[in-house]
Amino acid sequence: MKRWINRTPNQSLAITLGIIPFLLIMALYQWGSEVRKAENPNDKLLPSVSEFQTAIDRLAFTPSKRTGEYLFWQDTKSSLQRLLIGVACAAFIGLMLGLITGAIPLIGANLNPIITAISLIPPMAVLPLLFIVFGLGELSKVMLIIVGITPFLIRDLYQRTKDIPSEQLVKAQTLGANSFQIIIRVLLPQILPRLLDALRLSLGTAWLFLIAAEAIAATDGLGYRIFLVRRYLSMDVILPYVVWITFLAFLLDWLLVKTSKAIFPWYHAAK
Amino acid sequence: MSNYQIEFRHVQKSYGDNLVLENINCQVKKGEFITMVGTSGCGKSTFLKMLLGTEQHSKGQILLDNQPISAEPCDERGIVFQKYSVFPHLSVRENVAIAKEFESSFIGRLFGKRRQQALDEADKWLDAVGLLNAKHKYPHELSGGMQQRLAIAQALIKHPKVLLLDEPFGALDPGIRKDMHKLVLDLWQKYELTIFMVTHDLEEGFYLGTRLWVFDKTRHDPHAPHRFGSTITFDLPVGKTDQASYQEIEDSLSLHALSA
Ligand SMILES: Nc1ncnc2c1ncn2[C@@H]1O[C@H](COP(=O)(O)OP(=O)(O)OP(=O)(O)O)[C@@H](O)[C@H]1O
Ligand SMILES: [Mg+2]
Repeated sequence: MKRWINRTPNQSLAITLGIIPFLLIMALYQWGSEVRKAENPNDKLLPSVSEFQTAIDRLAFTPSKRTGEYLFWQDTKSSLQRLLIGVACAAFIGLMLGLITGAIPLIGANLNPIITAISLIPPMAVLPLLFIVFGLGELSKVMLIIVGITPFLIRDLYQRTKDIPSEQLVKAQTLGANSFQIIIRVLLPQILPRLLDALRLSLGTAWLFLIAAEAIAATDGLGYRIFLVRRYLSMDVILPYVVWITFLAFLLDWLLVKTSKAIFPWYHAAK
Repeated sequence: MSNYQIEFRHVQKSYGDNLVLENINCQVKKGEFITMVGTSGCGKSTFLKMLLGTEQHSKGQILLDNQPISAEPCDERGIVFQKYSVFPHLSVRENVAIAKEFESSFIGRLFGKRRQQALDEADKWLDAVGLLNAKHKYPHELSGGMQQRLAIAQALIKHPKVLLLDEPFGALDPGIRKDMHKLVLDLWQKYELTIFMVTHDLEEGFYLGTRLWVFDKTRHDPHAPHRFGSTITFDLPVGKTDQASYQEIEDSLSLHALSA
């Protein structure tokens, strides 16, 4: 028999093996829910499947009595909007500063220490400050995401810019390029796929700050809803929301990978 | 005024306490093809980098057309490294045409008819290095030999005064290397280039150049190996070299290889 390190599953076995833990968790939940319901039919901790259905139907497919909105979709829209605006701004700032500090040593020497210092500030510690400066509206939530992930993006892209083989920079100079042309034509196009990589890594953090900001001050949003219904122990709402957030996170990650492969095939082929 | 294209006068190069090259004196005329050999770490690449402008000499003078050589790379001196010297995000013809784009556009990008002209000129040089069939491919789709052909085409489109090659074929298979030798000799003759080429392969050095330089230390201090630097110990017109001097150089190289 082959060694364990040499035994690889074929595709169907790999899929089966991968699905098993999901099924196990579902079965375990189902069993736990039934046991608790048998003891106490009003138990709220592990709602049954039909209770989930009712909750989802109420939030996603019935207009709210108070506002006439479909709360679930309204929450999703608000959260995604905050997340995407925040991530887009952070990506832009991160790209600009990472590229310029990586490409021009004088600017790097000038800005890197302050960027490092700022990156060490825990973003949640400045959240009150953001609320004071930007108010309790949308801006402060977007700002928290920006404050939370931009330093990482700058530093990562600085390093990626530095990692581009110096042979290419020398080559471009022997082809007559000036600094600006080298940044625009040699560095920037090669940094863009690396920006998408860095965004994938920082999305998890962006969600964290989004939900934290919504939990503290918001009137809608996925994080807001979870923390609102927590008071009533509404597991029938919290759990579907958590699954939905997880799915959205997965979807964004998947979109980034697909986009990157479609726009930058040379980057993925060379890896 | 001398009629030499390149002149080194008492050039010395050290990194901190490490004296790498010393007492380099040489004159090179336009159209010479110089091959350089020497043991690993003796300073061949350092010599080339000083010519290229990425390293500055510590003492002495380096003249290009009687002017002190500029302290950063520029389009007078073309370079082909062993690897990494093509742009992975551009297609083969864009890799060559980009030199024209740098030349005639502030943002380094041409459009429409002028871009077409740049691409057409790139095709001409791709034809000269035998890459025209692959002009729409990306570097990662090319073999090692084809990537080096591309790097050569890039360097040639700027008509450099000097072409610098640092072990350009070191990573290639012997068969492909033969093809590349033929290509370089053809291009050298056709475009009257001045070429400096570092190689690890003594035979390559003898076969290709008009002049062979051997870099070596003339003095050794066993207690402080960095005290003395290498210099050019042999400077031979290659056409006239006989078997005896080939053997002598090979012995001196392999001697170091054993003791290193
Ligand atoms: N940037 C640097 N800083 C400090 N020392 C260096 C630097 N570059 C090269 N050296 C030293 O200079 C010496 C010569 O290096 P160089 O790369 O020129 O050798 P080489 O002849 O090209 O060797 P090889 O055949 O292995 O390529 C070596 O001792 C090396 O350690
Ligand atoms: Mg070398």
